[in-house]
Amino acid sequence: MPHDHPDHFHHEGMSPSGHPYRQDNDTPLTYWQRMEIAVRELLVEKGVTTPAEIAAQIDLMDSRSPINGAAVVARAWTDPGFKARLLANAGDAAREMGFDIGPLHLVAVENTDEVHNLIVCTLCSCYPRNLLGLPPDWYKTRAYRSRAVREPRKVLEEFGLTLPEKTTVRVHDSTADMRYIVLPAQPPGSEGMSAAELAALVTRDSMIGTGLPRHPE
Amino acid sequence: MAERVRVKSMMPPGHVRAPAYLRGKTGVIERALGEFGNPEQLAYGLKAEKKPLYRVRFTMAELWGAEAENPEDTVDAEAYAHWLEEAPDAP
Repeated sequence: MPHDHPDHFHHEGMSPSGHPYRQDNDTPLTYWQRMEIAVRELLVEKGVTTPAEIAAQIDLMDSRSPINGAAVVARAWTDPGFKARLLANAGDAAREMGFDIGPLHLVAVENTDEVHNLIVCTLCSCYPRNLLGLPPDWYKTRAYRSRAVREPRKVLEEFGLTLPEKTTVRVHDSTADMRYIVLPAQPPGSEGMSAAELAALVTRDSMIGTGLPRHPE
Repeated sequence: MAERVRVKSMMPPGHVRAPAYLRGKTGVIERALGEFGNPEQLAYGLKAEKKPLYRVRFTMAELWGAEAENPEDTVDAEAYAHWLEEAPDAP
């Protein structure tokens, strides 16, 4: 049906019935796609790993989400001792809460009235995956990676966040072994809420620095 | 390591973790992070020496000069000791 109307329907978009679709991936494999398949098949053939192990690892990666990070942030808002440990060594603090963050070295940076922190990886896509899950697509784009260190305030405005002139913006470029998470400031009006209630206010973007936590209703 | 450091402006080939926009720029050590395997060797499956890693803070004024969006804002980045040299005190 779409091909009956080449002027109206291209290979991506909406079907006439309003169903979004995308082009079938009929294009030839790229060099690196072939390489990945070849290496994977060799590893399976030689008994190094199994398809089930690979699927389980993908499952594990997909199961991580910003909910983990939000629990860490909410705990820091409600437990000053934990907050101090988080800012001293975020990796150990996350492990203390039972999050398996592997050998990851994690640094938490705190937003205050004076300072707003923003995380980027200009070289690739380093991201605290164990606490936030997979990075959003925009985090990996050249536009975000190059602009975040050059005009962070303009980038933040595009995310709907206009910072006062007097607030210092600190951009953190994950260039090597550290991963970063922003500890956002607790939103006004949320005092006295439980950690579970507070966690629901913590958005993914507020832990990257491109947003602020939600305000309580 | 000195408090004020400059990222060396060398351009070696291969996998390096010092972004080009920081090379030749001066900042201050924000904290020492300990020693980590040198990614320039790790990337090629070589036995990696442990190298001291630092977080260095640069002002936007230092990075982008007159075009800085806000001169007082900062970029913190990790840099290995072998990419850093002592910088003279600020004028």
